[in-house]
Amino acid sequence: MSVLVLAESPNGQFKKAAYEAVHYGHETAKSLGGECIALVIGACADPGALGSYGASKVIHVANYTGGADALAYTSIIGQVAGQVGAKAVVVNHSSTGKSIAGRLGVKLDAGVVSQVNSVPVAEDGGITVTKPVFSGKAFAKCKIAGDKCVLSLMGNALPIAEIGSPCPVEAASIEAPASSVTVKERKTVDGEVPLPEAELVVSAGRGMKGPENWGIIDDLAKTIGATTACSRPVADTGWRPHHEHVGQTGVAIRPNLYIAAGISGAIQHLAGVNSSKCIVVINKDPEAPFFKAADYGVCADLFDVVPRLTEAFKKMKDA
Amino acid sequence: MKLLVCITKTPETTAKIAFTDGDSKFDESGVQFIMNPYDEWYALVRALELKEQHGGTVTAINVGPAANDVVIRKALAIGADDAVRIDTEALSSSQVAANIAAHAKDKGYDVIFTGKESIDYNGSEVGGMVAEHLGLPYVSYASHMDHNGSTATVSRDIEGGVEVVDVAGSFVLSASKGLAEQRIPNMRGIMMAKRKPLNVEPATVTESKVSVVSYTLPPAKSGVKMIDPENMDELVRLLHEEAKVI
Repeated sequence: MSVLVLAESPNGQFKKAAYEAVHYGHETAKSLGGECIALVIGACADPGALGSYGASKVIHVANYTGGADALAYTSIIGQVAGQVGAKAVVVNHSSTGKSIAGRLGVKLDAGVVSQVNSVPVAEDGGITVTKPVFSGKAFAKCKIAGDKCVLSLMGNALPIAEIGSPCPVEAASIEAPASSVTVKERKTVDGEVPLPEAELVVSAGRGMKGPENWGIIDDLAKTIGATTACSRPVADTGWRPHHEHVGQTGVAIRPNLYIAAGISGAIQHLAGVNSSKCIVVINKDPEAPFFKAADYGVCADLFDVVPRLTEAFKKMKDA
Repeated sequence: MKLLVCITKTPETTAKIAFTDGDSKFDESGVQFIMNPYDEWYALVRALELKEQHGGTVTAINVGPAANDVVIRKALAIGADDAVRIDTEALSSSQVAANIAAHAKDKGYDVIFTGKESIDYNGSEVGGMVAEHLGLPYVSYASHMDHNGSTATVSRDIEGGVEVVDVAGSFVLSASKGLAEQRIPNMRGIMMAKRKPLNVEPATVTESKVSVVSYTLPPAKSGVKMIDPENMDELVRLLHEEAKVI
């Protein structure tokens, strides 16, 4: 019995998501029994590093050089899961992981629970695990019948820790079926932590009055190393890029700190951000519904408050 | 082109979320149900646009009880040619997907559309499951798609950007925001929808691997602490010392 974890390595490098998945796999193995085996597909500089987060070994399928195509990945993961006798397969709840989880459940004849935010437990002849539902407005405890499961892990759900040292890497050569999907290009923002992984997020809405005013938001984000986000109307009018839109129809996030300036807090926006550990709302309208969901509120003109907050953070960093 | 659009029924986005039967069931009393927005606004409308461009048919499919017919009729009113309802109370996405796949298996659909997720269970699972059952490629989170009748070029939302892929032949696609613009059904569409075929088929898969044991609501916020706008040092101190998030 083992827990198999897909550790994504975009451009040959692990990001935080990979360490989170492996550490979660380690905790899952402790709970359900067995060992945590990490799987790396494609080029990767240092697969053994995953041992530090709880993998007892890494299987590195270096011969596959295609994109993260769901059909090919499912075939590879399915074959490896069979070889190691995996009872649980863990992926991130990312654009790649989400595309694979359902497929893999069918292939392995396993129960699928996506976006899990707790470590699974064996009870009552099955496996139970929790996940957010209704766009973060509630949580569901799900029961998987049988003894096999596929879980996709929500970002920032559980703390990660370096608990061990690098582990052995076993090279494997696995054939994947030819895919009719070819990747033409990937356009991503370099050097910024992607929103679903970000621990600190600075977000702004219509209160900004226009895209030319975003400098103060960028300054604040840069000062604390945060990722920038925006509300739906702002993305819809093209003030900010589509991938920055958080909320029910955009990206759902769960940072430690979410600072929202000039966002009133419609229920659809809250759905995407209300799992944040701490919410700061800056709005000049005392009736803005967002204040009800906030931990800290500042009721004033954001054009005064945001630069002042940036200065205060700088002072703290310099102190 | 032969196009299939998977639609599901969800509570509307502002519905009050509460539970009943010892927190084991969603409380449907007073809740309005709608077609899942990703299915309606993006998946269905893009399918209709492809039909308008290349000719063919758009079929809507739903797995659920007769109460779902209202939502299915809306898909017909927006422009789907016909609809199929697989008659079973589905407990999980695996059950939904298995039934859709069983229907689609020998039909030769060029593209099978789903929304990127349902806004109730947020699983994002059905599309991939249908694709695996049918052995088709799965292109998820599409915010743009061009199709020339045999090959599609799709922009997918990925973390911090987009990925552009080409896909040849039949495939399953999940739709995210941007794929199309919402269409409101007009009176003619609503009248025509009443006469369009809505075929009810028996379920082939009725068991479910996953079920919900219980629901909980998130802990209530203890109340917002208002900070003097002149004193941002105090906010920074609280974030550092009290909330410990920075």
